[in-house]
This record gives sequence, structure tokens and C-alpha cells, in this order.
Amino acid sequence: MAQKASKKKKIPRQPMPEQKPEIRRRNFDEVPLGYTPELAREEAARCLQCRNPGCVKGCPVSVDIPGFIHLILEGDFSGAAHNLWTKNALPAVCGRVCPQELQCEGNCILAKKGEPVAIGNLERFAADWEREHGTGTLPARAKPTGKKVAVVGSGPSGLTVAGDLIAKGHEVTVLEAFHKPGGVLVYGIPEFRLPKDIVAQEIHTLEKQGVEVICNAVVGRSVTVDELFEQGYDAVYVGVGAGLPRFLNIPGENLIGVLSANEYLTRTNLMKGYLFPKYDTPVPKGKDVVVLGAGNVAMDSARTAMRLGADRVRIVYRRSREEMPARAAEIHHAEEEGIEFFLLTNPTRYLGDEKGHLTGMECLRMELGEPDESGRRRPVPIEGSEFELQCDLAIVAVGSGANPLLTETTTGLELNKWGYILAQPETGKTTRRGVWAGGDIVTGAATVILAMGAGRKAADSIHEYLTWGW
Amino acid sequence: MFKIVGREEMADGTVILNEIEAPLIARKAKPGQFVILKATEEGERIPLTMAMTDPDKGTITIIYMVVGKTTALFRDLKVGEAYQDVIGPLGKPTHIEKFGNVVCVGGGTGIAVLHPITRGLKEAGNHVKAIIGARTKDLLILEDYMKAASHELFVCTDDGSYGHHGFVTDVLKELLDKGDIALVVAIGPVPMMKFVSKITEEYGVRTLVSLNPIMVDGTGMCGCCRVSVGGKTRFACVDGPEFDGHQVDYDELMKRLQSYVEQEKECYEDYCQLHDSESLLFSNVEK
Repeated sequence: MAQKASKKKKIPRQPMPEQKPEIRRRNFDEVPLGYTPELAREEAARCLQCRNPGCVKGCPVSVDIPGFIHLILEGDFSGAAHNLWTKNALPAVCGRVCPQELQCEGNCILAKKGEPVAIGNLERFAADWEREHGTGTLPARAKPTGKKVAVVGSGPSGLTVAGDLIAKGHEVTVLEAFHKPGGVLVYGIPEFRLPKDIVAQEIHTLEKQGVEVICNAVVGRSVTVDELFEQGYDAVYVGVGAGLPRFLNIPGENLIGVLSANEYLTRTNLMKGYLFPKYDTPVPKGKDVVVLGAGNVAMDSARTAMRLGADRVRIVYRRSREEMPARAAEIHHAEEEGIEFFLLTNPTRYLGDEKGHLTGMECLRMELGEPDESGRRRPVPIEGSEFELQCDLAIVAVGSGANPLLTETTTGLELNKWGYILAQPETGKTTRRGVWAGGDIVTGAATVILAMGAGRKAADSIHEYLTWGW
Repeated sequence: MFKIVGREEMADGTVILNEIEAPLIARKAKPGQFVILKATEEGERIPLTMAMTDPDKGTITIIYMVVGKTTALFRDLKVGEAYQDVIGPLGKPTHIEKFGNVVCVGGGTGIAVLHPITRGLKEAGNHVKAIIGARTKDLLILEDYMKAASHELFVCTDDGSYGHHGFVTDVLKELLDKGDIALVVAIGPVPMMKFVSKITEEYGVRTLVSLNPIMVDGTGMCGCCRVSVGGKTRFACVDGPEFDGHQVDYDELMKRLQSYVEQEKECYEDYCQLHDSESLLFSNVEK
């Protein structure tokens, strides 16, 4: 056994074939091309099948990682996809956008001495294979219970709740404010990182299982939570996302050419502005673009700007490289595509011309001081270090706050001081009977998989409530 | 899909009325609220404030001027055809109560937005005078409706082709000079709202305006519609669309409305060309 393990370690991690940086930086096609069956089985052979697997503990939805990898190794790709579905309604999405290095792969025993098993790549492979070659068999569904659940928001947490509860035999209706379902998967994450066809198909799979999806339904305006109960829903899950863009609140922020990342990405992704004028929604095409912030959304914005034809794209961030919150793979991809990083730099005002167009930014250089409440070293301005930076487009990607549309119109929901919904971490129960909440509207802006983890817990709790009571 | 059940060209080819089947919105909508509409899969989302709603019939009515590709697409939809998406009601309703003497000022298609508010103010027991204006007689809309919704109606045209020859602000000044006005509501082109607010500020009369910045989602998510009000940034979609007219930075709003002027032109010209060549094709066939 020991010998077998050491032999396995010698197989190197199979790299994911990708579009070359100099080509992909000007197109919107997906960057990683996916494993071939051969590469997938080769990579699956690296898994040690630990008896007490760290990877599963690192996964917010507890996917049976050794189990599905073993099925890939055996060539049962469809079986691997079905194994994934038992824990994860959106494997094709998670394989692409999860921060694996902090979760499953970060806990892989092989990571201690070298490269972890490429769990994300394998998850993507199995889900893609089933979508392209599978027989279309759906996950099993329990006997109908006659209970009705309304899920508000069709992002990753809402879809997880919908998938879990439909499988348990409840009726599920998902309400989406936009004209297309998917939430951040559709309006936020760009096509080159998560093709929209894949999201549509994952949602279509849920619809085939019986989930009803209603678009153009703005809960809080078109319909209230109270009215959902009046309509006969037994439980309501609130997964509306953060959805309120943060700006820097510095002079000149309303100049033409300053956009929130939410607006920039929504125009590009949901409205397909990158296909203008075939699609009618324009998106500003900057030549000299600055992106403020260094999270995943900032990387998505920067890489989008490059694809829309920018000559130069700079990430401006007030802390240093080590504090950048983006996933390692995104930073790596951005750098490969020629995105520049202006670190320890903080904008103090935007500059514009007489027509109200952005022409540049005034910035200060920063240095790192003592750690702040987030545990990261606090950036402190260097006196007299003001300098001007030219740009014709600035994308503000410094995070989101809580959108009050739903919470303002729903009684009995307690909020924290930032306006996020108070929910029990283990169940997602809010302070109002029959209402659960999860994802960014509870935690503040986080990741797809954490929202899905919250959805999983809430779905278990809702099922318990519908079976036994509050 | 949201079916068009009524259509009227209020001014030939330029000002169009659509009555749309949208029972859920019709049941909820209040004066001052807007909807976001998208005609086709490739279409743009644009906000329009509702001119009328009929909860019993389950319809909402919008009135718009054809200014670009999106409104041209809307214009070309026939009765029985449908908008792909209609979202609403959005925005905060107008705060309606008994103020006393109220003047409602409307310009262009802003009159459509002003109409339900005028009616609501009259129903709440206010004495309502209304002033409506247009560039020329042919572009003047809803005169009869506004007459019914108010106690007294004044009509102006810029070119003197009908009613008072001049701007709505001329009549407004006369009314303000007579005194005792508690509230002015002004809805129309940005320059009109700007000048109305300037005048009422001199008289110290509270003024409400309804703003029409560019929007995408209409739910506070993108911040495209931000306007400066009293030096603070507000989102017209969730904090508005109505604001204190004396606090709005109109110049910034006008500039921001020009954000996509180049792309809008390109899009519209393409559409018009296509449209012309199609009609040319059909006229040839008829011959």
C-alpha cells in the first residue's frame, strides 16, 4: 500500500489545457479547455483515496470527492456526475469558479509535499461529460409532500435550495428579479470564465426535475414576502445576494466613465454588451482602463476590459499583493493576459473634462502599517506622494453592500448594523418563522460555493420544518 | 411575454401609447412608479414611468417618444404582439396627501407621467392647476385626460401653434405671482425641470421632479442611475425617481444622459437603414 501511494505521488498533476494568453485576451471564449478523458483518468489516478479525506472536510457542501474521482478512474464518467449531484446541484459551475486552493485542494494530502489532486478540474470534467454525452437521467426525486417553498433569488444559494428541496419531494418556485435566471452566475461572472450556456443547462436540469422559475419578479416590489405566504407557500428562502454596489465616495465619481463593476459586468454579461451592436445594450470600451479593487470581481472586470479592446488595463489596489482577495488562478490568468498591478495605491479623486468625461485619477502611494480588524496590515498613506494617473474608464470593484429592497418591505426580519439579514449559521433560520436566508445577503459578498453551502444547510432545515415544524 | 392590447400613435410615428397586459404589475402599481421594458431577446432594458394602470383589466399603459433604436423597436410592435420582459412596479410611489393648492407642470411625454400624479393629488383633496406644454400642437398629448385630472388646465406650445405661445414657465410664474401655492410637481425634459425648479426656488415653493437617468436593472444593483441630490449620490431607481427639485444637479444629469450617445446613434442608424431597405423592398413588391 505504501509503495502504491509513493508511486502515485510520482504522477505529476495534469495541467488543464488553456487558450494561449495572447489569443484569449481578445476573445470571450472560455479560457480553460477542459480535460480529455485520458487526462482526467490520469489525474484521477493521483488520488490516494484517503480513508479520512481532508478534501471532503474542506468542501462547504461535502462532496464525496474520493468517491467521484474513483468513478472517473474506472471510466464511469456518468456515475461520477451522478455522485456529484447528490451533494451539489451545480457541479459544472463549481468546478470552474470555486476557490479550490482554499478548500478541497488546500486540504488534499498531496498538497503537503507537492501539487494537490486537481479536484476542481475533475469535477468540471465529470459534469461536462454528463451534459454532453449523458443519457439525461435526472437525480432521483422523493414522493411529493404537497408542501410549497418560494426561493427568492436564482443565484447559487437559491438554486442549491431549489435542487435539494425538489429532490425531497417539495414543490419549489424560484423568483428572479432579472429577465434571466442565474443571479451572479449570469450577470457577474464573465462568459470566458463560466459560459452562460452551461449555467442555462444547469438551471434547465432543475426545471426538468420540477422546479418552477419565474423571472421579472422583484420581491419587495412586484410581490412581498407576506404575499408569498398568502399565496400558500409554506416556507420562503431569501437568497437575493448583496446587490448594492459600493463606491469610493471621492470627488468626481459621477463622471461619465466611472462605473460600478456590477454595472460594467451586467452590461457585458447579462445584456451581452460585448456583442454590441448585435445586442442593443452598449458597454463603454475604454482604451486606458483602471480597475479599483483586487478581488475576483476586479479580475473579472480587468480581463473583460482587455477583451473589449483596451490598450492598457491596470488594477489599482491600496494594499499589497499578499492581501489581494482574488483566487490565485484569477490573478495568474489576469497577469498572463497583460493586466498590470498598481499596488499600494489609493485614488483620492477622479479627474474629468468639461463634458463630464473621466480623464484620470489622483492617487496616493501607501505603505503597510499595523494589522487592522481584518487581520491584514492596514495601508497608510505616504505623505506628499500624490500623483496623477491617466485613464478613460474606471471600474469600481471594491465590494457590495446589502440591497434593502426586500428587507425594507418584510416585517419580522432582524438585520445587523450593515443591513444584512440575521440568520442562524447552522440552519439559515431568520428571526421570522417560516423564513430562511443565506448567501451574500447574510454574510456580505463572498463566494459561490459558500452561498451554496448556506443553501444546503437551509434546505436541510426547511425540510425538517416542513416535516416536523419550526 | 407581455401582450400589447392597445396601441395609439398620439403624434404620427413619434409619440406612441401602448396598453400592455401585465396583471400583477397593474394590481400593485401606484402613481409615480415605473417599469423596465425589453422588447426582444437582444433588446435593451429601458425604464418608463406608467401613464395609466387598470387593475381590473390587468393592464398598464406607457407613452413614449421615439428617440432611438429601443423606442423604435417598441413603436414597431403591433397590437397582439408582445414585449419579452416587463418588470415592475419599481421606484418609490409619489407621496400624495392634501397639501392645498398644487401646480402640476408637464412637458412632452412627461405629461404621461404627470397624469396619474395629477389625478391622485386631485382625489386627495388638493386644488390642482395643471400646465402642459409641447414643442408644437401635434406633439401635445393627453390634453383631455389632464383637463379631467385637474381643476384648471393651461396649455402652452413653444411655436404658438396652440394655447399660450411660449414656455410652461411663463404660465407658472403668473400662477406663483398670485401666491399661496403649497407644491409644484414638474415632469418633463431635464431643462424644463431645471428651469421650473429655478423659478420655484425664487418663490420658495416646494418642488417635486421625476428623473429619468439611464438604468440597467432598476433595483439598486448597478448604480448606473446615480444622481447628485443635495450634494449626495442617490440612485434614482430605488431612492427615486422623484426628488426635491431644488436639490438636484441637473447639469450632471444632462451630461450623464449623454453617456452612450455615440453607440445609441450607431444602433439607431443601423436600425433605420434596415427598416428603410425593408420598406423599399416591400414597396417594390407591391408595384
